[in-house]
Amino acid sequence: MTFANLVTERSVIITVGSGGVGKTTTAAVLALAAADCGRRACVVTIDPARRLADALGLARIGNEPARIDGPWSGELWAVMLDAKKTFDALVDAQAPTPEQAERIKANRFYRNVSGALSGTQEYMAAEKLYELHTSGQFDVVVVDTPPSRAALDFLDAPARLTRFLDHRLYRLLTMPTRGPLRAVNAAAQGFVRTLAKVIGAEAIDDAITFFKAFEGMDRGFRERADAVAQLLTDQSTAYVLVASPRRDTIEEARFVAERLRDSGRNVPAVIINRMTPRFGAAPDEVVPSPLTRNLTELTTLADTEEAQLAPLFDVVGETVVVRVPLLADDVHDLGSLDRVRSFIFAGVR
Amino acid sequence: MPIGQFFAACRLVIVAGKGGVGKTTVTATLARAAGDAGLNALICEVEGKSGLASMFNAPAFGYDEVTLASGLGPGATGVVRARALTPDRALVEYLNEHGMRRISNRLSRSGVLDVVAAAAPGIDDILVLGKVKQLERLAAADVVLLDAPAAGHAITFLRAARSLLDTVRVGPIRDQAREVLELLTDATRSQVMLVTLAEETPVNELIDTAYALEDNVGVKLGPVVVNSVLPEVEGLELVEGASGPLADAAGFRQGRMALQREQLARLADSLPLPQIHLPQLFTAAIGPEELGTLANAFAERVHA
Repeated sequence: MTFANLVTERSVIITVGSGGVGKTTTAAVLALAAADCGRRACVVTIDPARRLADALGLARIGNEPARIDGPWSGELWAVMLDAKKTFDALVDAQAPTPEQAERIKANRFYRNVSGALSGTQEYMAAEKLYELHTSGQFDVVVVDTPPSRAALDFLDAPARLTRFLDHRLYRLLTMPTRGPLRAVNAAAQGFVRTLAKVIGAEAIDDAITFFKAFEGMDRGFRERADAVAQLLTDQSTAYVLVASPRRDTIEEARFVAERLRDSGRNVPAVIINRMTPRFGAAPDEVVPSPLTRNLTELTTLADTEEAQLAPLFDVVGETVVVRVPLLADDVHDLGSLDRVRSFIFAGVR
Repeated sequence: MPIGQFFAACRLVIVAGKGGVGKTTVTATLARAAGDAGLNALICEVEGKSGLASMFNAPAFGYDEVTLASGLGPGATGVVRARALTPDRALVEYLNEHGMRRISNRLSRSGVLDVVAAAAPGIDDILVLGKVKQLERLAAADVVLLDAPAAGHAITFLRAARSLLDTVRVGPIRDQAREVLELLTDATRSQVMLVTLAEETPVNELIDTAYALEDNVGVKLGPVVVNSVLPEVEGLELVEGASGPLADAAGFRQGRMALQREQLARLADSLPLPQIHLPQLFTAAIGPEELGTLANAFAERVHA
């Protein structure tokens, strides 16, 4: 599959990779290319670098899709993910009454979960993707995944949140303190009391209030999480791996590729950004000088970078790997985005 | 100042920076520089899977301490050790040490910490920092190097102590948070070294992180480490209209050097901290030999 096929045929594209490898830029380039093909494209970014955000006019863009005007035949929309607002909207949609939704949103424990719990941002990116995909408003949604300790957190996020709600502690905290179950519950109460000594009784009270307010909603939440997980694992969802020619980011990409392969899916494309360009061999019989030394140094660097990619080829075919050279300056406007794009699409445009 | 004196100034060095700038390489470099000065260095990792061990040609490690290198320095007394600190293990250890062995097993079962961390955010961070504090107190090494989480998270991580003091009013976690904050705000015991590349986005983030850490945590900021600085070379000037591999390569190098100079100057203007430049090595993989080169460069720059 070429990049041209990718942006004309797929309806969900997810860029995955370590921090600092150019995921946001790649996602923006893919959405731009899709819009150029006449499609209605939406890119979801998370915390883009300031100048790139300015270049795309993202400064005034928030959690809802905003249209970016430009010389493309299709449509280009962008969303800057706000995890907390996305979570709030999910609570609003799932709560049987507006009062219950308000009660949950005012709870301190909920505010902590929606704002700070690790994994929440990853899950909300997936949730946003699902919402946009099912809205029917777009032909393709491109998601830039959050910088995470491991790219795989994104894939695991829905299951992780479900596990959180299924947790034994949740049942423990919401157990009745009266009635026939009281005796069984005595040991559990002891545990909660000890826990309260460690982290404070108020924190525990907040948690209990939250879980009680959440009662009855967990089923809807779980079904939604299942649907999101299904979209993430769907055969038509394309994962584009992004890396730089460094051992750690390659290792991360390889890890994700293995995981995808184990679940029966191919990786349609791998982008290696920031590769030292090659300039060819020095002419024969040239006198050694700073010029020849410089060429030798840069060539050695390009060679060692290329050697870093090898472990990846055991997992993904070499043909899906696209090398994007290090540019002379940062990517910060539509012009430099276009240059990156010409490298990604080289050979098909 | 001599490298030994640099490390003697405070025992704990926290290394922080945006993802992809080579924070882990710098942590390894600092450890190796301390080892080469005959000191005993201990690296504490918090994110795992970093490839740090491979820079020492050693197998990956976990919560338990391992020795990555020994017999370093002129008197062969230098040692580099490492361990990965995870909140789950730190929690069990903490509860056991504080007479709560009874609940430690239940609490540490996978997932409980998530629920507890949601009830009291920062508790997982304080468990890790509490462990670091303990290592510093016990003088477990001459130099304790903490490879902090990537930039944005580093601020939350280091601010955990202050946030918990606001939310948890009594009990052992509060005591722990207070002691961690004492350590972080005591310039004779700890400093933060920020890492960046000489590029626009990483420099912007470093400046933001530096001010946020000073204002919100009150840490002492040590020198900024600029990683992968392309060595300046002269004699790349070209005659008008030159082309071919030599000219193209020279043009590329000059462009990158100019960009780099601009960013280094901007960093110096925005942040009044000394800069230590580590050279770009013309190899992609870093092993013991390359680490030695970087450690030497670091020691020279500190000495200068």
